[in-house]
Amino acid sequence: MALNQSLRPGLIQLRVLDLDETLKFYKDILGMDEVCRTSDGRVCLKTYDEFDHHSVTLRLADEAGLDYVAFKVASNETLQEMVKATEQFGYTVTEVPADSDQPGYGKRYRFKICTGHTFELYSEVALAEKTPGTINPDIWNEPPRGMGVIRLDHFLLYGPNIEEAERYCTEVMHMYVPELCNKPDGKRMATWITGSNKPHDLAFVEYDKPGKIHHVGFLLQDWNHVGQVADLIAINRLKKDIGPTRHAITRGQTIYFWEPSGNRIEVYAGGYTAYPDNPQRVWDVDHLGRGLFYYEGEIIPSFLEIVT
Amino acid sequence: MTNDHFHIRLPDGGAFTCRPGESVLAAMQRYENAPIRYGCFGGGCGVCRMRVVSGTYHQLKRMSRAHVTVDCEREGIVLMCCITPLSDLTLAFSAC
Repeated sequence: MALNQSLRPGLIQLRVLDLDETLKFYKDILGMDEVCRTSDGRVCLKTYDEFDHHSVTLRLADEAGLDYVAFKVASNETLQEMVKATEQFGYTVTEVPADSDQPGYGKRYRFKICTGHTFELYSEVALAEKTPGTINPDIWNEPPRGMGVIRLDHFLLYGPNIEEAERYCTEVMHMYVPELCNKPDGKRMATWITGSNKPHDLAFVEYDKPGKIHHVGFLLQDWNHVGQVADLIAINRLKKDIGPTRHAITRGQTIYFWEPSGNRIEVYAGGYTAYPDNPQRVWDVDHLGRGLFYYEGEIIPSFLEIVT
Repeated sequence: MTNDHFHIRLPDGGAFTCRPGESVLAAMQRYENAPIRYGCFGGGCGVCRMRVVSGTYHQLKRMSRAHVTVDCEREGIVLMCCITPLSDLTLAFSAC
């Protein structure tokens, strides 16, 4: 385990049912900037505080949900080592050429993991045209819009055999598991995984159907901004799922709601600083309600059962 | 003639009213014995899937094909967040 190999989840491609309406949400309400459009009509977006070319791509499709997630790793050397280890782990890897379907992106390596999700690894991506300042920089160049999300933070995936997925992340991607939840039989129910100091870069919940996404999480500055998001959800008649509340797991302060195509979004602030040498936090299923929703103290059924 | 509301009948005999142009699910939120849970309201999550047994409706938004296939749609399976009534409706739960 190390903090300097898997940098972060850097790109996610989501399917949307109504591109115009959903894009309007990502730009005007969530506060992302449109970076470019691809020749096949997908739209690339980034937050105001991200340096890389883009972090979210929206694709018009006949069902909502996740196409794939891509992780940025520290160097081409690390990338090649992880690709070899991925093949040795048993996943078939295909190469996606540089500057092909994701503008600005270098070579990516794509494979499907046991949970049915498509993962990608890459090490090179162009800087965005508009990046945060770097020389005596101000805190932003243009005032953040709407919810003013700072960056793509994490995602929660639902699928079968998450123990293997966790093992892939730790053995091949050199991530670690700050927190987990086991069923009474000792099998994994949920796992929170990171390659950084964030409490999670991704998480999995065990689920019989493959390839599902529960939510995409974006970072907010603090609890005040969580409140501001709640106002914007109400003003814009978005459908809220849960919050504002706090997780005991990760300690994040949070709201969940749905964007116009039915993909669940989390906005998240705080959370503890994770270190790979800290003892792991372990939850029993009968305490999971309090772990997920610390203020409510109980499971909220819509949260566990609704995925896209 | 224009209606100021339509009657939506549920499988348990209950009923509620829906305004023209309003989604059936939005109207159902005012009804205290709603038989389904509320999810995304965006046609994506599929938890408001029911069958329209009688009546006509207009589709307001696209429904995820993960939850309503073309064949199911022909049989009247719809997501309640995606339709508005054009007449009184009778709803049912039935697999497709």
